[in-house]
Parts: sequence; C-alpha cells; structure tokens
Amino acid sequence: MDFMQIIFLLCAALILGAALMVVTTRNMIHAALWLIATLFGVAILYVLLNAGFLAVVQVVIYIGAIAILFIFAVMLTRREMRDQGPQLNNGWWMAVLISLLSFGGLFLLFTNWSGFGKMMVNIPAGTDTLRELGSALVSPNAFVIPFEVASVLLLAALIGAVYVSFRGK
Amino acid sequence: MQNEWIYIGLFMLIGAIIPIGAITVAWLLGPRKPNPVKQSTYECGMETVGESWIQFKAQYYIFALVYLVFDVETVFLFPWAVALGKLPLFAVLEGVLFILILITGLIFAWRKGALEWV
Amino acid sequence: MNFWNDPINFVSVWLRSLFSGWGMADWLVNVLLAVMGIVVLIICAMILDIMLVWVERKVVARFQDRFGPNRVGPFGLIQPFADIIKLLIKEDITPIGADRIIFNLAPIFAMTAVLLLWAILPLGSVIYGVDLNVGVLYIIATGAIGTLSIIMAGWASNNKFALIGAFRTVAQMVSYEIPMLVAMLIPTILAGTMSVNGIVQAQNVWFVILSPIGVLIFIISAIAELGRSPFDLNEAESEIVAGFHIEYTGIKFGMFYASELLHTFTFGGFIATLFFGGWRGPFAETYPLLGVFYLFIKAMFFYWVIMWVKYSMPRIRIDHMLAFNWKFLTPLAFVLLIVTAVVDKVLAQTNYHATGLLLANIIVGWVTIEILRIHARSLRKKDEIPAQPSTQAAHH
Repeated sequence: MDFMQIIFLLCAALILGAALMVVTTRNMIHAALWLIATLFGVAILYVLLNAGFLAVVQVVIYIGAIAILFIFAVMLTRREMRDQGPQLNNGWWMAVLISLLSFGGLFLLFTNWSGFGKMMVNIPAGTDTLRELGSALVSPNAFVIPFEVASVLLLAALIGAVYVSFRGK
Repeated sequence: MQNEWIYIGLFMLIGAIIPIGAITVAWLLGPRKPNPVKQSTYECGMETVGESWIQFKAQYYIFALVYLVFDVETVFLFPWAVALGKLPLFAVLEGVLFILILITGLIFAWRKGALEWV
Repeated sequence: MNFWNDPINFVSVWLRSLFSGWGMADWLVNVLLAVMGIVVLIICAMILDIMLVWVERKVVARFQDRFGPNRVGPFGLIQPFADIIKLLIKEDITPIGADRIIFNLAPIFAMTAVLLLWAILPLGSVIYGVDLNVGVLYIIATGAIGTLSIIMAGWASNNKFALIGAFRTVAQMVSYEIPMLVAMLIPTILAGTMSVNGIVQAQNVWFVILSPIGVLIFIISAIAELGRSPFDLNEAESEIVAGFHIEYTGIKFGMFYASELLHTFTFGGFIATLFFGGWRGPFAETYPLLGVFYLFIKAMFFYWVIMWVKYSMPRIRIDHMLAFNWKFLTPLAFVLLIVTAVVDKVLAQTNYHATGLLLANIIVGWVTIEILRIHARSLRKKDEIPAQPSTQAAHH
C-alpha cells in the first residue's frame, strides 16, 4: 500500500463523507459548506492524476464562483434555513432497492472493464502539459471548434440568465 | 510534479497551525465571563428586532452569475496564453474571436441593465 | 556551490547528509527537510506580518501629520507585540445563536489562504517554496478561499450588519477578480508560462515597460481584491460598523486584521514579481540573498503605494465601484489583452517588440481617455440644458 494509495483512499473518504453530509444535514448553509469540502476533495483527486491545472481551475471556478453562487441563492430564496420535515418519506425502501441494484449493475460492468489494469502513461519529463493543452485548444486538427462553441455556449448562458432575471424591464 | 503539490498540502496543514494555535492560546488565557448582554448581537446599540434574515437584493446573485461566466472564459484563456508563443498568428485570432464573443455578452448585459445596482 | 551562491541547496545537502548519517529513511529525510523549509517560510511571513502592523501605523501617522506609536520601545517598535499580547488575553465572546464551528473556522481559513501564497512567491533566483507550473491561477485560488472565509464569517455571526457587509464585500471581491485575471494573462502571454518563477526569469525587460496599462489595471483590481481603501466597504466604520467582523473579538479579529495586512504585502510582492522584475537586479543571479533584498524593497514600495492610495482617497460607493469594474475596467482589460496578444505575435522576433508594445499601450490609453472625455462631455450637456428654461420661468 504505497503513499499515493493512502492519499487516494483518504481523499475518497473525504469526498464520500462530505457528499453524504450534503444530503443529510438539515441546515442549508452547512450543506453548502460540505459541498465545498467535496469539491476540494475532487481537486485533490485531480492533483493525484498529475493534472495540476485542472485542480486549480476546480478551486477557482467551483469553490470560488459556483459554491458562492449556491450560498447566495440559498440566502436569497429561503425563509427558513433549516429543513423542518422528516428526513425519510414513505418510499424509502424502494429508493434503497433501486440504488443497490444500480450499484450492483455498475459493479458487474466495471469488473469486466480492461481499463483498471492500465498503468498511468508516463509523460516524458520536460513536456509542458499546459502548453500542449493550449496548442490543442486552438489547433485546427484538435479542439478549436469545441473551443469556439464553448464561448457561444457561455454567451448563451449569460444571455439566458440576464433575460430570465430581467423579464420585467 | 506531485512532489510540489505534496509540499503545498504540507504548507496548508502547517499554515493552519498558526491561527489554530493562536486561537487555542487565547482560549486558554482569556477570561470567560459570559452574560446575556455581552453575548447579544450588535445592532448599533439597540435590541435586535426580528430574526437575522432580511430580503436580500437579487443584484448580488446577478453579479455572481456574470462573474461566473467571465471566470470560466478567463480560465479557458490561460492555456491559450501559455501556448501563444509557439503558435501562428491564426491561433491569436481564434483567441480574439473567443474574447469578442464574450464581450458581446457583456454589452448585452450592460444594455439590459443587469449591471446596475438599484 | 557555496552558501552565498545557492543557500537553500547548500543547507539542504548538509542537513540531508546529517540526517542520513543518523540512519533515517530517505522519505523521512525528504519530508523533514520540506517541513523545515515550510516552517522557516511561515515564521518569516509571520514576523513580517507583525512588523507590518508597525509600518502601517507609522505611515498612516505620517500621512496624517502626526507621530505614530513612539512610546513602546525605540520608535514604537515593540508596539505590535504589545498589541498581540493584548489581543491574546481578551475574552472570546461568541454571540448568541452564532454557528460555533463556522464562526471559529472563518479566521483560520482567512489566515491560511494568505499564508498559502508564500509557497509560490519566488524570493530569489533559487529561493522559493515550490515552482508550480500553474502559479498564476494558484494566486486566484487562494483568493477564492479568502472570499469563502468572509462569507462564513458574515453568516456565522447571526447579525444583519455582518451579513450585509459580507455580501457586499464578496460582490466587490468577486467582481474585481475578472480584471485581475485578465491583467495577469498579460505577463503570461509575454513570458509564455504560468509559473511565477518563469515569469520573473523571462523579464529581461521589465513587463511594466511592455504593458503599463496592465500594471495599472492589476494594481487597481488588487486594491479592490484586498478590500483596502478606497474599496473598503467591509470595514466601512461609519456605515455598517466593521462589516463582516463585527462580532469577532480578541485574537480572531486580530487574525482577520493581520491576514489583511499580510495579504496586502504579499500582493505588493506579486505586483513586483509579475511586472517589475521580482528579485531581478544587479548581481541577483549569483547571490540569491541579494534577490531577496531587492524583492523586499520592491514589495515594500508597492505596499507604501497601496497605503498612499488608502489614506488619500475617500471611500467609493458600492454602485460606483461595481459600475467602474464592469463598465470600465473589464472592457479595458479585454481590449488591452487583445491588443497585447496581436502586437506580441506580430512583432515577436523583431527588434521593435518592446517599443511596439509600449506604443500600443500608449495608444490604448489615449483612446480610452478620449472616449471618457467624450462621454463626460455628453453627460455634462445633458445636465446643462434643463437649467435654462427654469431660470427664464423664475423671471416671469
């Protein structure tokens, strides 16, 4: 059990535990903060996969913008910060059954997948992964069309959000 | 590369010790005499009326939303900026197109009045 | 390799031989050396933080034409230590209904976010914590943790004013991150790398000469990001009485205050690193400790500039501040980015690289001032016209 595996197990425990707390805690702001812990755990996962850029992007965008947006939305719309009703409803046994079946199905599917045996590709030292990503984003053979379409998608999101909020004006 | 991030993780743990240590020292050293008047929340010297919830302006949410879109855009621009030295002029123009599409969005939000504070 | 040419390596090689001689395993030696380096960096940062309290009070006193603290110790140098001892022995009051865990976590997050920045600040040519290849975005990531701590502080205090203050502060800090990100893209384009160390080493010509407007945008957004005056709504004493840290007493308040001062100094260090050559100076490559000295002088100069702005200008109202950001700084920053990218690519290998970029910046600045002048003139015309009929009506 080498060092990377220990860190991965701790990180996975953090993510799963924090995600469980997100859905079970009664206080909405606590739920948002546990979500931040989950997102931070995902950033650690990116670091373990040698994707430092994605880890920092995860912190900047998810924790720095999206989590703050969640907290603003919670505070703007909720009168009661605490969820008062019961935690479980009548159909809880069906939910447990379906989730166990899905988990079993996924488990069987993944035991037959060959990807688990592959070793991580060793990138030759000295290649700047960030530069490769940058040239891939604008190279006509690689990802330039998704790059430009992403900007159109962001424009659509901005216009949609502004339009929905300002329908009256 | 992971060694650098392990360093950052260690830095975070050790860096958290300073404020935790300071707060612990203060907790050990400080007097503890709670009384209800001291612990009531501050409202310019008056008693708190109503609970601590008021109608917040929707403007906070709109600004956070516009910030989110531009944040994602700027993050997309970072790999482009790093690779710019080795790429032809065409790549610069692709990035410029990306920026111009989003400036159009900013102008739209401006004209719709989404960037006002009232 | 002797001590003066390469201090960190020299000391670490000596320590490594010492520890291996004692029979420690290899990984333990690595971890121990890293931890010792981290502890040294953090202790330097905290001592600097304490001295910054003294610098702040002396400089504000001089701006206001009075002496600062000069009773406690020679020139008042022991004053910060007296302050810390006072803060440590004050009572820790938690208001009723406050969320205890979040209330206590917020100052810890604020301080940790600032200390994390010291891991990547290059203090000398070979003196730095780590050389992350995503250094520039890492600065923003730590800013995000700081923003989070403000929301946590405002929410956990169970106080309307704290919540309003926290929201306004977060709206301001979050808005000014866009021009800051775009202004940080400019050294990235010019240096071809996101690593802060790489940006310093690519500065044969300081980037302030290649992009003066970029420096201006970065300094303005950095001041707003730090929450310093004239953007200091979070501490607007006359308005919402200390904003998000109303309910904090004792050393927790001290943590917020000290983290703000250290954040300001660290940002002064980053302004110097990204645009003014960082540790570069005469003989800084051969004697790295000289590089530390140069960076310290430059960072202190920018800390003084930020304080100068703070104590000279009145507070800006929040709607003016947000309008300034979204309607002026962000479009200007994007236009500057486009111009810099195009000019840099067109003039890449020629001799006119530096002068071309400088000229492009001057043109962008001149066009901006012209646009502002036309806009101001049109606003003034709109205000003048209704005045005349009413004076005529008064005569009748």
